[in-house]
Amino acid sequence: MKKNYWWTCVIPLYAFTLLFIAGPLIYMVAISFATNNPSGYGFHWALTAENFLKILDPVYLQCFVQSFQLALSTTVLTVLIGYPFGYFMGKLSRKGKKIMMFLIMVPFWTSSLIRLYGWLIILQAKGVFNGMLMGLGVISEPLKILYTYPAVLIGMVYALLPFMILAVYSSVDKMDWTLVEAARDLGASRTKAFLTITLKQTLPGLLSGVILTFVPSMGLFFIADLLGGNKIVLVGSLIQDQVTRGSNWPFAAALAVILTIMTTLMIFLYRKITGAKDLEGIF
Amino acid sequence: MKKRKFKPSTLYLAAVLLITYLPIFMVVLFSFNDSKLTVGWKGFTLHWYEQLFQNEALMEALMNSIVLGLISCLFAAVIGTLGAIGMSRAHFKSKGMMEYLSTIPIMVPEIILAMVFMAFFSLIGLPFGMLTLVIAHTAFCIPYVFMMVKARLVGIDRSLEEAARDLGASAPRVFWDITLPLILPAVASGSILAFAMSFDDVVISLFVNGPTLSTLPIKVYTQLKTGVTPEINALCTVILIVIIFALLIYFFLTGRKAGEKNQ
Amino acid sequence: MCYNNSINHPDKGCVEAIYTPMAQSVVLELKDITKSFDNVQVLKDIDLTVHEGEFVTLLGPSGCGKTTTLRIIAGLEFPDGGQVLLEGANMENTPPEKRNVNMVFQNYALFPHMNVQQNIGYGLKIKKVPKDEIRTRVEAALKLVQMEGFEKRMPAQMSGGQRQRVAIARAIVGNPKVLLLDEPLGALDLQLRRQMQLELKHLQKELGITFIYITHDQEEAINMSDRIVVMRNGTIEQAGTPDEVYNRPRTSFVAKFVGSANVLTGTVTAIKGDTATLSHGAGTMGCTLYGRSAKVGDEISLAIRGENIAIGRECTGGDCLMGIMAEKSFAGGMLRIVVRLSDGTEVVITRQGINFDYDLGETVLISWAASAASAVDEEAAE
Repeated sequence: MKKNYWWTCVIPLYAFTLLFIAGPLIYMVAISFATNNPSGYGFHWALTAENFLKILDPVYLQCFVQSFQLALSTTVLTVLIGYPFGYFMGKLSRKGKKIMMFLIMVPFWTSSLIRLYGWLIILQAKGVFNGMLMGLGVISEPLKILYTYPAVLIGMVYALLPFMILAVYSSVDKMDWTLVEAARDLGASRTKAFLTITLKQTLPGLLSGVILTFVPSMGLFFIADLLGGNKIVLVGSLIQDQVTRGSNWPFAAALAVILTIMTTLMIFLYRKITGAKDLEGIF
Repeated sequence: MKKRKFKPSTLYLAAVLLITYLPIFMVVLFSFNDSKLTVGWKGFTLHWYEQLFQNEALMEALMNSIVLGLISCLFAAVIGTLGAIGMSRAHFKSKGMMEYLSTIPIMVPEIILAMVFMAFFSLIGLPFGMLTLVIAHTAFCIPYVFMMVKARLVGIDRSLEEAARDLGASAPRVFWDITLPLILPAVASGSILAFAMSFDDVVISLFVNGPTLSTLPIKVYTQLKTGVTPEINALCTVILIVIIFALLIYFFLTGRKAGEKNQ
Repeated sequence: MCYNNSINHPDKGCVEAIYTPMAQSVVLELKDITKSFDNVQVLKDIDLTVHEGEFVTLLGPSGCGKTTTLRIIAGLEFPDGGQVLLEGANMENTPPEKRNVNMVFQNYALFPHMNVQQNIGYGLKIKKVPKDEIRTRVEAALKLVQMEGFEKRMPAQMSGGQRQRVAIARAIVGNPKVLLLDEPLGALDLQLRRQMQLELKHLQKELGITFIYITHDQEEAINMSDRIVVMRNGTIEQAGTPDEVYNRPRTSFVAKFVGSANVLTGTVTAIKGDTATLSHGAGTMGCTLYGRSAKVGDEISLAIRGENIAIGRECTGGDCLMGIMAEKSFAGGMLRIVVRLSDGTEVVITRQGINFDYDLGETVLISWAASAASAVDEEAAE
C-alpha cells in the first residue's frame, strides 16, 4: 500500500487548536474549581464546587433566567421574521437571489457596532422614531424606548436576524420542490404540504438558525450595555463584570463553563435531530 | 409584454430590508450633517471627514485594525486551508474531536472566548498587545477558512485528480495544478469573511488588547459608552464603504463558483 | 503539420496512421487479479490478455467489477492479489502517472479551470514537451476528434458531446499504449451515441491504439469490439469475438445478457456428433454442444434467441415444443411474441414486421434448428 503524507497538513491546525483552544478551555475548567482570594484579586488552587453553587444564588439565577428569557424571545422573533424572509428569498429567480444575498450580506458584514449606533440615533428621545410619531400626531410626548427591554430586544433581533435568514435560505435553496408538487398532487392542501414537506425539509436550516441566534444572544453583552443601559444584566454582562470589575475569576469561569456546556449540548442535539455535521447557513 | 403580478412576498422582503438598512442609512446621513447632534438635519458638510483624518488616535486605531485583520486572516488562511486539506485526505481517529475543537471559537458566545484567552495569556505570561490580539483573532478566523475550504473540497470531483495522475502528474503536481486552483476561490472568500469578522470584533479585542493598544471597534465602543463625537459617523461610513467593497470581491469569487455548479 | 489521417508521433514526426493488423503481440496481461472493498470481493481471479491494436470491451451489468478492473489497469486502484503486466513489465509498484495508459472518464473529468488547449496539453506539459510541439499536437488531436477551433473554450461552455470529444483528445494526445474508456458514451443521447460509436471505432483503427472499453450496453459492445469480455459478479463469464459471445454463449447469463436469449432446460435423450436432442415437458428440442461433454440422461440447458424460433400450427421439423400464445406486442419495429409452454415456461419470440396471423390463446408449436441453439452452463446459484 502506498504511504499517505497528507496528515502532515493538519499539523499547524492541530498545534494551534491544542495550544490555543484546548489549552485555554482546560484552564478555564480548572479555574472554575479554584477558590477566589478574599482580598478580591486572583485566586488559589483550593478545589471547590462553590463557584457552581453560587450560580444557584437567586441574584445570579435571576440573571440566567433573564438571559434565557431574552435569548428565547430574540430567537422566537428572529424565527418569525427570518423564516418567511429566507423562504421567500429561496423562491426568487436566480438573479433575484443573488441581489438579495448581497443586500443581506452588507448588514451582516457591517460592524454590529455601527448598526447599533444607527439604532441609538433612531430610538433616542429626540430621535427619528419619536420625531416621526410626534409629527404624525400619534403621540404628544416622546416615548422612552432607549434603555428599556424592548430596545435591547430590537437590537438583538436586528443583530442576529441575518444569521437566521442565511440559515433558512440555504435550506430552502437546496429544497427539492418536486416533493411539494408531489404532495399537492397526492391531495395535500397548500398548508398541509407546507407543514409536512417544506417545514421538514427546511428544518436543518431553521434549527441551525435557532442555534446561531440563541447561543450568541446569551453573551452579546454590549448590545444590552449600549441599548439597555445598566438595567438588563445578561450572563455575558455578568461574566464581563466578574472579570473586569469583580475580579472573581473562578466565578466567571464557572459561568463560562455552564454556558459552554449549554452550547455544546445544543449543537449536539442539532446534529442528532438533523443528522447534519455542520450548522447550515453561515457559509 | 405581460405585466408582472404583484406579490405580497416581495413587499415583505422589501419591508424587512428597509428596516435593516434604516440604521445604517442614519449613520451615513448624519455623517454629512452640519451639527454636533444626531437629531435634525442642519445642512450638508464634509467637516467630520476632515476631522476624522486629523484625529490621530482614530487613525492609529484604524491602522491597528487593518494590520490585525490582515495578519490574522493570513495565518487563518494557511492553517485553515492546510487543515481542511489534511483532514479530507487522511484518516485518523482524532479527526471528529479536532474538528469540533477548532470550530469552538465561532460556536460559543464570544465573551467566553474573550475571558478564556485573557486568563490563559496571563497564565503563560504573554504580554498583552498585538501578539495576543493576533492569536485570539486567528483562533476565530480559522473556522471560517476551514469550513469554506472543507465544503469546497467535498465538492471537487475526485476523478479530476485521478485524471491528472493518469495524464502523468505526480501527487504533489496534481495538488498544485488541480486541487489548489479549484479551492482557491474558497480560500479567498473564507479569508475575506475572516478579515471582516476580525475587523468587526469588539468583545474579544476588549479583553486581550492590553492597556495601550486600541482597535477601531474598541474606539467606537468606548465612544458610544462615554459620548459620541460626530467624526464617529464619518468613520462608520468609511468602514461601511470598505465592507461593501470587500463584499463585492467576495461575491465575485463565490459567484463564479456557483455558476460552475449550475452548468 | 500533420494532416487528417496522420498523427504526430513524438519520435517519428508525422506518421501515416493506417491500421495494419500487427503480429498479435501481447500488450496487457491481467493475472489472477483479486480485489475487495470493505470485505466485499469485487474481483475474483481475473485473467485477461489483450493484444496490440485490439478493441476489447468489458461488458456487464453495474456492479460486475468492470470499472474496478479498468481502474486497476490505470493504477488508480491497487489489486489485493495478482499482477498487471503492461508490455511485459510488472506494474505492481508503478503509480498511475508512470503508466503508459490513459483513461477517458465516465464524467469526462475535464479540468474546469483550464481551457480545451490546456486540458489536452496538460499531459504533454508535464512531460516537458516544448510549447510549439504541444500546440501542434493539441491541434492534431482536436482535428482527430473534429473539434478544430475549440482551443480557447472552457469546459463549462461546451455540450456533453463536445466535452466527450475533448476528453478523448486529451487521452490520446500522449500516444498511450492502451486507452481505457469508462462508459464514455453513457451520458449522451441515443443518436449522438450511435454516431460516436462509429467515430470511436474509426479513431481506434486510425490510431492503432489498444482500446479497453467499458459498457453495459450489449449492442454497443457488439457494434464496436474485436473482442467482448462479459463480466458478472467479479468474474469473467466469457471472452470472445462478438460473434462467439452472441451466437455461442457459454453460460445462460451471457445468453440472456448479450443475446437476450431464451434459456430452456431439458434432459438429453440422444446425441449425434455435436448435436443433442433434449426432452422437455412441452416436447422435444435440439441444440449444438460445441464440444461440451454430455451423455444421455443428463439435464442440460440451451440458449435460443427469439429471432431463430419458428412458429406454426403443425410440427414440420422434427423437434417441437407446444404452447399457447400469451402476449403480443411491438417494440422498436419488432413484433414480440410470448408463448407459454405447457409447463409454464415463457418463450420470447421476435419477428420483423407487423404481419402475424396467430391469435392470443391459440395453441402453437415452436421449433428451431439445432444449429441455432447452443448448450450453456446454468448460472451458479447465488
